[in-house]
Amino acid sequence: MRLAAAANEAYAASLAVSELLGCQQCGGGRGQDEELGIRIPRPLGHGPSRFIPEKEILQVGSEDAQMHALFADSFAALGRLDNITLVMVFHPQYLESFLKTQHYLLQMDGPLPLHYRHYIGIMAAARHQCSYLVNLHVNDFLHVGGDPKWLNGLENAPQKLQNLGELNKVLAHRPWLITKEHIEGLLKAEEHSWSLAELVHAVVLLTHYHSLASFTFGCGISPEIHCDGGHTFRPPSVSNYCFCDITNGNHNVDEMQVNSAGNISVSDSFFEVEALMEKMKQLQECRDEEEASQEEMASRFEIEKRESMLVFSSDDDEVTPARDVSRHFEDTSYGYKDFSRHGMHVPTFRVQDYCWEDHGYSLVNRLYPDVGQLIDEKFHIAYNLTYNTMAMHKDVDTSMLRRAIWNYIHCMFGIRYDDYDYGEINQLLDRSFKVYIKTVVCTPEKVTKRMYDSFWRQFKHSEKVHVNLLLIEARMQAELLYALRAITRYMT
Amino acid sequence: MEKMSRVTTALSGSALTGRTMHCHLDAPANAISVCRDAAQVVVAGRSIFKIYAIEEEQFVEKLNLRVGRKPSLNLSCADVVWHQMDENLLATAATNGVVVTWNLGRPSRNKQDQLFTEHKRTVNKVCFHPTEAHVLLSGSQDGFMKCFDLRRKDSVSTFSGQSESVRDVQFSIRDYFTFASTFENGNVQLWDIRRPDRCERMFTAHNGPVFCCDWHPEDRGWLATGGRDKMVKVWDMTTHRAKEMHCVQTIASVARVKWRPECRHHLATCSMMVDHNIYVWDVRRPFVPAAMFEEHRDVTTGIAWRHPHDPSFLLSGSKDSTLCQHLFRDASQPVERANPEGLCYGLFGDLAFAAKESLVAAESGRKPYMGDRRHPIFFKRKLDPAEPFSGLASSALSVFETESGGGSMSWFVDTAERYALAGRPLAELCDHNAKVARELGRNQVAQTWTMLRIIYCSPGLVSSANLNHSVGKGSSCGLPLMNSFNLKDMGPGLGSETRLDRSKGDTRSDTALLDSSATLITNEDNEETEGSDVPADYLLGDVEGEEDELYPLDTEHVHPEEPEYVLPQEAFPLRHEIVDTPSGPEHLQDKADSPHVSGNEADTASLAPVDSSSSLLSVSHALYDSRLPPDFFSVLVRDMLHFYAEQGDVQMAVSVLIVLGERVRKDIDEQTQEHWYTSYIDLLQRFCLWNVSNEVVKLSTSRAVSCLNQASTTLHVNCSHCKRPMSSRGWVCDRCHRCASMCAVCHHVVKGLFVWCQGCSHGGHLQHIMKWLEGSSHCPAGCGHLCEYS
Repeated sequence: MRLAAAANEAYAASLAVSELLGCQQCGGGRGQDEELGIRIPRPLGHGPSRFIPEKEILQVGSEDAQMHALFADSFAALGRLDNITLVMVFHPQYLESFLKTQHYLLQMDGPLPLHYRHYIGIMAAARHQCSYLVNLHVNDFLHVGGDPKWLNGLENAPQKLQNLGELNKVLAHRPWLITKEHIEGLLKAEEHSWSLAELVHAVVLLTHYHSLASFTFGCGISPEIHCDGGHTFRPPSVSNYCFCDITNGNHNVDEMQVNSAGNISVSDSFFEVEALMEKMKQLQECRDEEEASQEEMASRFEIEKRESMLVFSSDDDEVTPARDVSRHFEDTSYGYKDFSRHGMHVPTFRVQDYCWEDHGYSLVNRLYPDVGQLIDEKFHIAYNLTYNTMAMHKDVDTSMLRRAIWNYIHCMFGIRYDDYDYGEINQLLDRSFKVYIKTVVCTPEKVTKRMYDSFWRQFKHSEKVHVNLLLIEARMQAELLYALRAITRYMT
Repeated sequence: MEKMSRVTTALSGSALTGRTMHCHLDAPANAISVCRDAAQVVVAGRSIFKIYAIEEEQFVEKLNLRVGRKPSLNLSCADVVWHQMDENLLATAATNGVVVTWNLGRPSRNKQDQLFTEHKRTVNKVCFHPTEAHVLLSGSQDGFMKCFDLRRKDSVSTFSGQSESVRDVQFSIRDYFTFASTFENGNVQLWDIRRPDRCERMFTAHNGPVFCCDWHPEDRGWLATGGRDKMVKVWDMTTHRAKEMHCVQTIASVARVKWRPECRHHLATCSMMVDHNIYVWDVRRPFVPAAMFEEHRDVTTGIAWRHPHDPSFLLSGSKDSTLCQHLFRDASQPVERANPEGLCYGLFGDLAFAAKESLVAAESGRKPYMGDRRHPIFFKRKLDPAEPFSGLASSALSVFETESGGGSMSWFVDTAERYALAGRPLAELCDHNAKVARELGRNQVAQTWTMLRIIYCSPGLVSSANLNHSVGKGSSCGLPLMNSFNLKDMGPGLGSETRLDRSKGDTRSDTALLDSSATLITNEDNEETEGSDVPADYLLGDVEGEEDELYPLDTEHVHPEEPEYVLPQEAFPLRHEIVDTPSGPEHLQDKADSPHVSGNEADTASLAPVDSSSSLLSVSHALYDSRLPPDFFSVLVRDMLHFYAEQGDVQMAVSVLIVLGERVRKDIDEQTQEHWYTSYIDLLQRFCLWNVSNEVVKLSTSRAVSCLNQASTTLHVNCSHCKRPMSSRGWVCDRCHRCASMCAVCHHVVKGLFVWCQGCSHGGHLQHIMKWLEGSSHCPAGCGHLCEYS
């Protein structure tokens, strides 16, 4: 039952991490749940996402035929309808591709045994202390017959998986440091060695779950009911979390806050959208006129890259890593922020020399057939997804904005497009948006509702989810590119 | 800076114009292009842009076009092309979307001529018009193709690919106004340069991006395309619809394709990833490359034939920073290493053999199998006998058929289908299986089952009549029992003689000699004394508390009657023993009529118990005990199973293993069991006995085996209306929103097993259809068809 307790504590910790609204607001919220010896599972009040009001989110039962089919698929594949699905269904086209890919990665034929796949998912999610995903996959892992002992820490897992720990760490936080030596170390470890196909499967899983962790925090996905107390395990030690968080006691408070904030800044944020549209139009028109010199272009990239290191929310509180989740990785101190503080230099990766479409795809599809195709489709859908709307405006060509977001994320990872003017990023993405992107992509565990609310205030929630999709896919592609380039270098 | 070029593999250089050689570049190359005079080559890459002169022995750097203090992105080349009419004119495509032209005739150090910055994204390809001096075409990632007139400052016309990235553009060599463009979504478009509004023709050539295309230098309208889907396709564009003429499957995505000059069906390819070699294919022979160049250590990024009329020189640039000249005669030819013979067994023992024609012709006089018929030989003739490897490529296929019925395995199929393996008490299973075996004329097997039953079940249940029957028939048993070819082809006399020799040898070297003769005597005694009417209560075992060593008496009592029944009936007593199976001591007596038999048995492992039993026989045949612990027999049973398996009757081994379950499993090591299971399952599947094989998988206790039917359990179905795969659920189509499989009887959707008549394709729930067919043989859908179900 240690596991169960662990899951609870992990949840508690995740709430602490997310430092949502603190417990000061509900004062005497504690102690209510001591009345019964047994906790009865009940649906939590605030819906699938802590950031998005429940009424904004599609209710199960009111979906259209296409969405219904998606829900059915999701339910058939996973045996549940998780909150990620419920939030992603804002964009059914993407969700379909996402579910198909995830289903293939976890359940269809592949080089890795099923319990390995879930364990790798746990490892990856744990890097970002994403207790939501960890809990989900702990269940799945046990369900497919995984050894519960492994869950006590990476050191209890087979040597082979332990070897993967280093790659997981680097991939999650500093993918540009991956070298062919990492790959060689995994492939040539005598009886614990990985095969190339297994490694590619593992890499795809790792990147998938790193970016999914970003999504989970970026959209404030709520814990699943069966993961945080739905079971009949002994009453958790409730001392360190606030009941109001679970029962959503501060839902109202929350809304009031938003409203009050909204009232003040409604006119502001209205102009924000207008200004953004204006800028896009300008860029579109004057692109041909003022042609920046080559040096200028290069320096713009460097500036953006350097700045992206410094963009961080000021509230940089030291969060104690959740004890129970962290058991899956040895080195909690190894994170993205370390290097940004020390101003480490990120080398430039030229996408024209190694890109997903030409190189990455071929390699993945060769070693893990069909997955290249699925991921390629997913990237395409995420990159090209548009409804031609922006907040209250219709018929807007958002391709420029989407490209700016995508390239900004790749820029943070040192990936440069020769044919992109990085000056555009500065014009289109304001600071609060950059802070959000940066946090979601690099240190997702630190995303707060304040951050989520403070960017693009006039935009719809579905658009914010759309942004998140771009973020996670761009991140996944960036990590994949580095990992696959290392594998290619190893092979040649 | 001048670099000494290194020369490798100096092969007997009889060629006048050069040899296989390579030179080191400073940086990875992205593309190369050859000058009209075939004496110079330009290499371009992210940080290299140089012209090399091709000399007899080496490459000599002639010019570095990358000048200026600060390297500009305009010089980061994705592609380069040399004008085929004007040797001073070059064009490059830059990764930042700029198209640059270069005039080597300029007096200054900087040869840069014009700069076109109209593309918003990386330009993937530039192409000069083959005959027009001033026309340049570019294709870019932003989805546009632009045509430039070099006498003007900006583009003349823009062609839109509907925001799909353009990967390659090529002017047609024969048609003045036509060019082809390939796209990231797999499409190929044909444009008329005068009509920028819409393309002339568009078709989907590949699944995924089409990286390259090349017009045939001579055949008007032949276009080769290569894509990420690892295919090279040759299209005939002269017909109304683009027709796929040839398709070559390579092992990696195809980055470049170039027709070989003067060789109508040859083209060279190199790949984008993983594979570093350059292949030259004969498109009519798509499985083995005609030639292969293996010099590069990293992916080849650019290939070019040195002269438009010389098929023997190929130049290539690579990511490994080398520039190579390949001579065709130095190429390795995979054909030479390929094994030109193939051999395969068919399901029913047919044998197909394919080999080079010459080889077969030489040996056609010899017939490998007596009595086999030879099928007609099929020749695959080349279209063009002048081709260099026409001799190699024509082959003969012979099919040998086994005599009908000779190799028949119907006993196997019948047995597999009728055996009962589980679900009933052991005794019943054994009886049932014995009966099955007997009905198929496999008396040894039947006998074995009966004996297993005696061993493992309470002996009181055995009816001796039954026993007698099976044993009695045992000696008439069939050759069909075991593996076919060898045994049968051997003359019967020969077969038995060799056995005889061997067994004699064994007997001699063994103390068993005496024993077996003793057995013989005893048996004869038995015959005389006891006669045919062995009472059934023999087996009831009134002496229950007997010691172990007394057990043989029991077995002996089973047998005494049988020689008497058998011997007079049998005309050929020696014959059956060859295939006989000593599964227990009983067999000893079974064939006790000749001394060598016991020897024969002895050599198949059941030696010790047999001996002891026979020595005891004469002493105490009046005593019998049937309550020995089954463990006592486990060694025998194990040996028996091994014997069957070695004889090739793995069916028996597995069946017994399953039926006896725990009783014997522990005596046989896991690996052997697994091996038996897998061989049996394999056999069953070859005979399409899917149900049986699944049952066996299910009943097996070996983990490796039982997981067999848990993999790949997906069943893919297509919609019966729109013929598209139904991805999400098996019974409703996402596209046409119709339920695909309705039951003709109850008119509900069938979500589980759907059976249908293959004549009228109506069907429904299995139970419903079965019920319906009891009453009527017409189709329940009312279509009037007389449905047939097998």
